Amino acid sequence: MSQGWVEVCGVDDIDEEDLIRFDHDGRTFAVYRSSDGGYYATDGLCTHEQIHLADGLVMDEIIECPKHNGRFNYKTGEAMGAPVCVNLKTYPAKVEAGTVFIAIS
Amino acid sequence: MSKIIIVGGGECGARAAFALREQGFNGDITLIGAEPHLPYERPPLSKTGLASAAPPQYVAGPARYEEARITILTGVPVDTVDRQSKLVRLSDGRKFPYDQLLLATGARPRPFAGVSGDPGLGRICMLRNHGDAVAIHEALAPGKSLAVVGGGFIGLEIAATARKLGAEVLLIESSPRVLSRGVPAEIAKVVTERHRQEGVNILCGEQITSIATENDKVQILFANGTTRLADIVVVGIGVIPNVELAEAAGLLIDNGIAVDATLRTSDPDIFAAGDCCSFPLSHYRERRVRLEAWRNAQDQGMLVAANLLGRGLAIASVPWFWSDQYELTLQIAGLSDGAATTVRRDLDQGAFILFHLDGEDRLIAASGIGPGNAVARDIRLAEMLIAAKRRLDPEALASPKTNLKKLLAA
Repeated sequence: MSQGWVEVCGVDDIDEEDLIRFDHDGRTFAVYRSSDGGYYATDGLCTHEQIHLADGLVMDEIIECPKHNGRFNYKTGEAMGAPVCVNLKTYPAKVEAGTVFIAIS
Repeated sequence: MSKIIIVGGGECGARAAFALREQGFNGDITLIGAEPHLPYERPPLSKTGLASAAPPQYVAGPARYEEARITILTGVPVDTVDRQSKLVRLSDGRKFPYDQLLLATGARPRPFAGVSGDPGLGRICMLRNHGDAVAIHEALAPGKSLAVVGGGFIGLEIAATARKLGAEVLLIESSPRVLSRGVPAEIAKVVTERHRQEGVNILCGEQITSIATENDKVQILFANGTTRLADIVVVGIGVIPNVELAEAAGLLIDNGIAVDATLRTSDPDIFAAGDCCSFPLSHYRERRVRLEAWRNAQDQGMLVAANLLGRGLAIASVPWFWSDQYELTLQIAGLSDGAATTVRRDLDQGAFILFHLDGEDRLIAASGIGPGNAVARDIRLAEMLIAAKRRLDPEALASPKTNLKKLLAA
């Protein structure tokens, strides 16, 4: 069931081509700002060993886990090869009046 | 139809098998492992494996092998490779023909020459496989005393886990400091202090003459004549590459099975990858190295799959290692010996990174330590800067304000 849009942060709280960790209601998410100014959201933990992705590195459209370099396309959630094989869930993100929101389902 | 046999059921062999399918190979793939388990990850053995004796963390479940049409034989060592007939003979007498062969035979712990008594009693151990981790776990308990011989990654990780389990821990290292191979002294100092805070008794520069079981204890005799007793001793003094099969088949050996930059051995139909092979490292003037690391096993497994399919790709990755002890994670990219300059970059929470540069200010290695993943992002970027052979300003590297990603893009 959709909980609707949840406020995450201000648009400038995430650097360009970077991400932040966002915890809400006992769950953890990763929220991204792409180099072309888009905002995206995925589950916050790597599907390999449940490490927080927010400490990882974003390059192009890829988030790489800080621990074992598991890689995902953060726009689609697709796992990009070993050691990860389970995709990340993605969530819609939007900006309104300088604030980033994500839709948590 | 073309047949590829992979000897070795570890990380490297399993990754190679899956990568062959992912890269479009349609022939037969047979993966043969000496251990009774499906391929599993070894890094957890000294951490969660030892702490809980949990089941192995498999690279993939049985269904994925079936889907990928990988025939997997476990619990059966390979006896010989007959290069003339292109046959692999197993210890149970079965023979399998191959068109191409991959040796991913790994390595085994180096035994301590001075062990006497009956190691079968389970009190003098080494750690390489799941069974070893379970045996050590069962021998450890609050109040039990453990002596670890060897202050490398494995020895220190075992010490940290044993302290979590409440054992008393003595760690003995023959060099003047722990982590003397490839880890800068500044980082080794942080590790040593953290272990001492946890109550690990670290003795460095101590030579051991013998380790012997004595009644229900193990006695360690030092060169200076003193002795120590422990309930259990774990020896972690490095590994020996498993080259016997390759050697008996007449392949070239040089600190491991010698391969070229494409992981091909001296026989064009046989490749080797992972801990068992030595290879030229392009970023370090073709210096021949053998790496004992999870990431290397994985990268080479995927690269060798491409080369078994005729792609002829040369190894381009930078060595990368990590170790977890208590809340600390240590990560190293590159090889730091031969550095002309080292600069330090201090991060939050006491974390720091040492950047090692050559005489032309090219980054050749970066070593970092800190809680959690504090150094991960910068070490990963450093790895890419090393691969890019970028000349860098040491002062800029030292400043935490410098964005390494921007240096890479520059």
